[in-house]
Amino acid sequence: MKKNILPAIKLTVIMILFFTVIYPLAVWGIAQFSPNAGKGEVIEHKGKKYYTNIGQAFTVDKYFWSRPSAVGYNAAGSGGSNKGPSNKEYLAQVQTRIDTFLVHNPGIRKSEIPVDLVTASGSGLDPNFSVQAAKVQVKRIAMVRGIEEQKINQVIERNIERPLWRNFGPQKINVLKLNIALDNIGK
Amino acid sequence: MNTEILGIIVMFTLSILLAIPFGKYITRVYSGEKTLLDPIFNPIERIFYTISGIKPQTEMDWKQQMTAMVTINMVWFLLGMLILMTQGNLPLNPDKNPSMSADLAFNTVISFVVNCNLQHYSGESGLSYLGQYWLMFLQFVSAGTGMAAAVTVFRAFRDKSTSNLGNFYNYLVKSCTRILLPVSFIVAIILSFEGTPMTFEGKDNMVNLQGDTIEVSRGPAAAFIPIKHVGTNGGGFFGVNSAHPFENPSYLSNMTEMIAQLLIPMAMIFAFGYFIRRRKLSWMIFGVMTIGFLLLTIPNILMETKGNPAITAMGIDNSLGAMEGKEIRLGAQASGFWSIVTTVISTGSVNSMHDSTMPLSGMNELLAMMINAFYGGVGVGLLNFFVFIILAVFISGLMVGRTPEFLGKKVEAREMKIAMIIALLHPFLILVGTALAAALPQYSEASLNNPGFHGFSEMLYEYTSSAANNGSGFEGLGDNTIWWNISTGIVLILSRFLPIIGPVAIAGLLAEKKFIPESDGTLKTDTATFGLMVFAVIAIVAALAFFPALALGPIAEYFSLY
Repeated sequence: MKKNILPAIKLTVIMILFFTVIYPLAVWGIAQFSPNAGKGEVIEHKGKKYYTNIGQAFTVDKYFWSRPSAVGYNAAGSGGSNKGPSNKEYLAQVQTRIDTFLVHNPGIRKSEIPVDLVTASGSGLDPNFSVQAAKVQVKRIAMVRGIEEQKINQVIERNIERPLWRNFGPQKINVLKLNIALDNIGK
Repeated sequence: MNTEILGIIVMFTLSILLAIPFGKYITRVYSGEKTLLDPIFNPIERIFYTISGIKPQTEMDWKQQMTAMVTINMVWFLLGMLILMTQGNLPLNPDKNPSMSADLAFNTVISFVVNCNLQHYSGESGLSYLGQYWLMFLQFVSAGTGMAAAVTVFRAFRDKSTSNLGNFYNYLVKSCTRILLPVSFIVAIILSFEGTPMTFEGKDNMVNLQGDTIEVSRGPAAAFIPIKHVGTNGGGFFGVNSAHPFENPSYLSNMTEMIAQLLIPMAMIFAFGYFIRRRKLSWMIFGVMTIGFLLLTIPNILMETKGNPAITAMGIDNSLGAMEGKEIRLGAQASGFWSIVTTVISTGSVNSMHDSTMPLSGMNELLAMMINAFYGGVGVGLLNFFVFIILAVFISGLMVGRTPEFLGKKVEAREMKIAMIIALLHPFLILVGTALAAALPQYSEASLNNPGFHGFSEMLYEYTSSAANNGSGFEGLGDNTIWWNISTGIVLILSRFLPIIGPVAIAGLLAEKKFIPESDGTLKTDTATFGLMVFAVIAIVAALAFFPALALGPIAEYFSLY
């Protein structure tokens, strides 16, 4: 074992240099050509910038609500609820979310609420929700903002992101982009 | 067909289609034949060897190989403790994260040295960028260690009768430079263009659209994330791993990371066949593994698609499936698929929270790690499977009344003893660990996130993940306590090095024996019949050892929910 120690240390040092300095620098160099030079994709809106991929908390009635989050959409960290499917406390919490939603959205039937609106995402930063999650909130937003439902439906239609190459994975809506588009049509 | 199922089929098929030629490439690398990348890596490796004074052509027997392996792993461990316990004062720490406590550093270093990546910390607050990159180094070399051990076994069956099994350092370096690095580099480029950050600037402050101030963690993640998959390590840059929208920004990045983690475990199986010139044997192994994998993965996809029955009963639209702990851009189906891929191979990265999957999905995730040989981690998956082959050879030999042989070598008492110890070590570590944690609620109870059967599953999962060197978790478990750090740390060490040394020792012992040419009386090991035999051995060992524990956890939870 003794005669292996020195070579092992030397090999470790040189490999550290190669794998943790040279390799990342090469990736960093290429990332300079990626969107926003590898600093995270952003959307500019009214002189402010937001991260496209990082979901935000939307809790007021004039915006499309985002999904529940175990970390309150604070992207300093990340986390899911990690509640098990049979946990009674958790199931009661889901029931409360359904009831709250119904209170804020009069005229909506329970069976129209999609499950993503009452369950927390894995990261707590999910930037998306389902198309149904947008549609079920149209009535409320139309009422609060005083615009026709049809106009809001058009905004939704324009913001649906189709599956990858139209064939793979789910379709979805970026909640931040949708709410910015909503602000852009007024009130 | 719906787009989510189609996505899964494409990921799986593409992995197989890429793994076959890549297996050929791996064989060429280890046998020292010419490859396309020689002009780049020959000079680089020459520098490595000149500086370290290692002669990569020196032949070693299996004992010398294992000594070299253990020594360099010790160096990594000590250096790692030093770095993680002082990172707070070292450079590259823009977020001013603190140094690790001794027990957390112990657990973290061990789990990265052994290719497990258990992560009792959260990347955003627990590590500086220097600490992250030190762990990234370990992700390369720990994967390389597993592959080097597998190649030693390859060598033992290629030559008719020998004690020379090649050079450990040569295999280690080649695995890192010529196999892990090129694939990682390609994946890194795809990820950075899909939106994964690659910056050293630290956290950003911002005001969101509603007017609340929040912080956004960033970092040089695009270089880190590829090797966590390519080397089946699994340790994420951010706390929630590949569920994080920076770590896995799109369905395309999800497909890329999925193929990246399946590629080398599959390719190693084909490389084995090319290397010892018995391609049919590869197909037997691949067939058994694939059937096992599908038997676990298809039910998971179905159960996650169906969703939580308790939520369906509330009368809402549950058609998206079990969305608790899952991301919309990935969907329930691709998350269910991932949950088994990451547990059969020892990646342990997650793109959804396993703690919140349906009870029997959780059971399949556990079973995948308890078996730990369907594809398996880079290199080590094949070693685990090799132990099951030896057991199956022995049992079949007894059944037909012939001397058990594998590839022209007699399997005798000494090899069998080693194989038995290794096969039993895994259930021993898992069950004893869980039993201790359950018997000592003063250490474990406060850390549980869920009551009842599911709480038991959380403890069982933690030890299973440690013993399988997997690294995923039922993450609700508050595992950064001295109890969990030390007890899983010990399980990690035992469950890594013994299952590497055992199979290498068997192969080394067999290699020294006289070669017996094939005759009519030889048990053929590359047939479907023998494959069935191996499968039966795996099923019996896993089912008998683990069924009682599973009945107390996920199965009991299933009956309480349905």
